[in-house]
Amino acid sequence: MAISEGKVAHVAGLAKLAFSEEKLQKFTGQMDEIINMVQQLSDVDTDGVEVTTHVTDSINTMREDNAVKGTARELLMKNVPEHQDGFIKVPAIIDENEEA
Amino acid sequence: MNFETTIGLEVHIEMKTNSKAFSPAPVQYGSDPNTNTNVVDWAFPGVLPTVNKRALEFGMRAALALNCEITRDIHFDRKNYFYPDNPKAYQITQSQTPIGRHGWLEIEVDGQKKKIGIEEMHVEEDAGKNTHSSDGYSYVDLNRQGTPLIEIVSKPDISSADEAYAYLVRLRQIIQFTGISDVKMEEGSMRADVNVSVRPIGSDKLGTKTEMKNLNSFEHVRKGSHYESKRQQRVLMAGDEIRQETRRFDEATGETILMRVKEGASDYRYFPEPDLPPIHISDDWVQEVKKSIPEMPDKRRKRYVEDWGLPEYDANVLTQTKEMSDFFEETVAQGADPKLAGNWLMGDVNAYLNAKQIGLLDTKLTPEHLATMIKLIQNATISSKIAKKVFKEIITNGSEPKAWVEKKGLVQLSDPAVLQPIIDDVLQNNEKSIEDYKNGKDRAIGFLVGQIMKQTRGKANPKVVNKLLIASLKQL
Repeated sequence: MAISEGKVAHVAGLAKLAFSEEKLQKFTGQMDEIINMVQQLSDVDTDGVEVTTHVTDSINTMREDNAVKGTARELLMKNVPEHQDGFIKVPAIIDENEEA
Repeated sequence: MNFETTIGLEVHIEMKTNSKAFSPAPVQYGSDPNTNTNVVDWAFPGVLPTVNKRALEFGMRAALALNCEITRDIHFDRKNYFYPDNPKAYQITQSQTPIGRHGWLEIEVDGQKKKIGIEEMHVEEDAGKNTHSSDGYSYVDLNRQGTPLIEIVSKPDISSADEAYAYLVRLRQIIQFTGISDVKMEEGSMRADVNVSVRPIGSDKLGTKTEMKNLNSFEHVRKGSHYESKRQQRVLMAGDEIRQETRRFDEATGETILMRVKEGASDYRYFPEPDLPPIHISDDWVQEVKKSIPEMPDKRRKRYVEDWGLPEYDANVLTQTKEMSDFFEETVAQGADPKLAGNWLMGDVNAYLNAKQIGLLDTKLTPEHLATMIKLIQNATISSKIAKKVFKEIITNGSEPKAWVEKKGLVQLSDPAVLQPIIDDVLQNNEKSIEDYKNGKDRAIGFLVGQIMKQTRGKANPKVVNKLLIASLKQL
């Protein structure tokens, strides 16, 4: 197997997903097949070939540093389930990393 | 067993652009929550980021000022994580192609100069700000989301808490001179992650490191790394192992506290940002950016010593901030003697700023006025005692010194014809001091000068007074 159930569960956890035991088995099998398929690429000799990061020919597309007024807050908040005093309100996030 | 400490610093600095790194929303500190954001910052479906050219140029400026090689072909990468401070669920950063590599800066601790290497530095975006409340909710403000940051990663060349402190001071100074950031710790525009490890002296393998994140005070970095180094040594001495973990520096106790065992880098699943095309940095562009960098403190310091004859120490103090250094140079350009101008800035001006807890540009003092006042002292129009009064006036109220001195009648009395009668008068009323003087008590002169100064309300030219007084005493 190219990937273990534990690894799949770990990646799922990072994406805030949880699966039943049955699904986990199924997905692990599927991911294993995908990885094996992609693994064929490692048979290709890529010595001296530059890494492809982008598939368009576009290069150096930038904008000048001109500020444009932000989108009206009332509009943005239309998609926010809960807000208060201009803040987005979310269930408490416990991560001591953040200053209170 | 003796240990050596290894410290690596990752410093994030917010750059002072008008707009965000990848969206045109304004960059502004202290606005109402969620008013400087747009659909790109909120990651609405279908939106596309665009690179802010200035953010990249600022990054290049910092890289060049820190002696880095500029990476010519760059692209951005996604760093994936889930947290409400960033609605995209990834941060746009540079993982594979940081804009600068292999730089260095020089620090000095206890008279010892040392080069600290810079591994790499990259341009990325800041996240929004969460405020945690005790009501079971967190409150999110996305104004900061997308603010361009430069992250500067040092090599593990720092070997003590004091060196870490010196590195940060130096880094802040250099960045401030480049003009890309205000580097205000109190506004969070400069924050440091600190990696600390220890190993037995002589061991060529680095020990397991722990990390303290988001320290926003140089002093906390110093105390935290000192504590952490000692703690790790205790753990090792007890025969235990150091775990790779994230710890928090506790201000109250000065200790570090375990937060969590660190995630592996692979958990961030970096991959090239497909929404931003790659960028090629040409020679011409690098040259152009190079030209836009103001003269760095090192060069200024050298110039002050070599061209203006300032002591090394003075040159150092005067180049601590760009504000001060620019002000000093402008004062000299206005005709002030460099040594005197330096003395005023390091002495009275700094004392005033410290007492009022303000910056140089918050006062009414101008280089022109300071230069004029110094010239008034030099040509003996005012005494150094009166100068203190003049100084207070020009820094507090911004008055033109020459006009103010004339208006207030503070011009120094140097004319013997005016001073002699006053001296005679003082001598007549202080026979005891004359007696003392004759008995060899030199202190009596000081007293008599004081009396004369009092009579003239500090306006008498002390040199002339001394000369006339001694001549008069000898005649008695």
